Amino acid sequence: MAGQRGFLRKTFLHNIPAKIAALPMVATVLVVFVGCTLWTVYYSFTNSRLLPTGKFIGFEQYERLFATSRWNISVTNLISYGAMSLVLTLTLGFLLAVLMDQKIRFESAFRTIMLYPFALSFIVTGLVWQWIMNPTLGLQGTLRNLGWEGFTFDWIANPRMVLFALLIAGLWQGVGFCMVLMLAGLRGVDDEIWKAARIDGIPTWRTYVSIVLPMMRGVLVTAVVLIGSGIVRLYDLVVALTNGGPGISSEVPAKYVYNYMFSGGNIGQGLAAATMMLLTVIIIMVPWAYLEFGGKGRRS
Amino acid sequence: MAGSAPETGASTAVEPRGPRPKPFFTPRKIIIYSVLVLFSFYFLFPLYVMIATSFKTMPEIRFGNIFALPQQINFDAWVRAWTSVCTGLTCEGLSPGFWNSVKITIPSTIVSIFIAAVNGYALVNWRFKGSEIFFAILIFGSFIPYQVFLYPLVMITRELRIFGTLQAVILVHTIFGMPILTLLFRNYFASLPQELFKAARVDGAGFWRIFFEIMLPMSLPIFVVALILQVTGIWNDFLFGVVFAGTQNYPMTVQLNNIVNSAQGSPEYNVNMAATVLTGLVPLIIYFVSGKLFVRGVAAGAVKG
Repeated sequence: MAGQRGFLRKTFLHNIPAKIAALPMVATVLVVFVGCTLWTVYYSFTNSRLLPTGKFIGFEQYERLFATSRWNISVTNLISYGAMSLVLTLTLGFLLAVLMDQKIRFESAFRTIMLYPFALSFIVTGLVWQWIMNPTLGLQGTLRNLGWEGFTFDWIANPRMVLFALLIAGLWQGVGFCMVLMLAGLRGVDDEIWKAARIDGIPTWRTYVSIVLPMMRGVLVTAVVLIGSGIVRLYDLVVALTNGGPGISSEVPAKYVYNYMFSGGNIGQGLAAATMMLLTVIIIMVPWAYLEFGGKGRRS
Repeated sequence: MAGSAPETGASTAVEPRGPRPKPFFTPRKIIIYSVLVLFSFYFLFPLYVMIATSFKTMPEIRFGNIFALPQQINFDAWVRAWTSVCTGLTCEGLSPGFWNSVKITIPSTIVSIFIAAVNGYALVNWRFKGSEIFFAILIFGSFIPYQVFLYPLVMITRELRIFGTLQAVILVHTIFGMPILTLLFRNYFASLPQELFKAARVDGAGFWRIFFEIMLPMSLPIFVVALILQVTGIWNDFLFGVVFAGTQNYPMTVQLNNIVNSAQGSPEYNVNMAATVLTGLVPLIIYFVSGKLFVRGVAAGAVKG
């Protein structure tokens, strides 16, 4: 009895102010991060339309989802855009970081120039590039007026090229941040390593590829997780730059979810699509979580 | 004078100290700077186009080219963008959206930072059973796409009778600011010397007294970082504004998108670009003023301390 009371005291009455202080966090975790997620997953198995009150129908929403061309295009777009964006953001970010790490002059000026787009919203980013890529008055129109008749840069209006238009704007916004992350990683590499590599006569590029990059694993993994989960969320940029067009050629899953929930009046569909997005992020996160927390438990 | 000549001749024989000064124009240097300058064009071009277009007149835009400087500085487009362009149903310009964004950003920033500071402090100094598990879920939760929470949160805010008001957007920003800010404060408080906290406890100070009198005054730098992170993040938000704010309370980003993407008649590109610059101005000013702190802010969640 006494031991049990001690246990109760320890669990519930110990550190009361701290528990009160943590209440918003606990409530957010329980209600939003756990509660809302479970709610969304549960109702994705119902036939809810205008209101989430439908009855349980198993995987029907998912079958319908993957039978809808708009969803399939959205997923394909996200995969193609995501792969290109991830690879290019990482390579350009790393390349720029390496160049910035060469004891160059005006380093802070270059950094300021590369990072300022990251301060801007995706809406602003999308609208500027929409204007630059405007086929009649933007870059294409200007160069044609200047006498380069054959110049074509109509990616934004071309269903087969529109993802590249998205990519140009997306990279413009995000590469600077990746560069800053990578630069921090490079600066974290001990100078002794560089001296040793130089003494051994290893060429600089080899040192980067086989010694420095593996040492930056932590930064790289973080960058991949951040860029990856950002790509899955891709929404504002598409809304501002192309609004899913031309036709449905630049639709993305996040837009599908929004449209079915708030203007399509088909909540079950929207929730099923949202659950698929959740699944994607979990798949991205699992290897990271394993590296970070599992395995040898190198962190406390 | 004549006698000094041999001396200078002798001094050239002295070995200079330090590494040999390299000539500035080595091929390697030329390549590095060309690549950096090339990328700088890519990064700067949109800013130039935005600003140049906003000062042009419409005929100038139609017949001119996108690279050209405006023939003369013309503020008409800026005035129209701020006061009279149509943003959906109303035609009062961007200014109501600006004030909505201010009304959303200030309280969500203050509330979320305060809650996160207290959370971080409790996590480091007043550990209780289960606190680490809640924190871990919080951090993992921050990677879940917002679309997963969107509809249930609409229902919750409807139940609270705040859906379609500024309070709803403020609540949502506060919730989603919590993971990264809590992480920020937890790492910061963990870096402070524990003796400080222990000494205060021995002196009989309680939870809140230690927080307000010892921890808060010491955490000014991290508050600035959190402030930058939240203000730019909330100002730039689109999704929560469009879902939770209601038409009357649309933040600036939503109004901006409405100006450009649902305009009736022939588009006024100069007004669009003036509106775009105006919307980007607040985060840009924060970025230029805060300098390295901005980098610390945005990298805070990424590079864990």
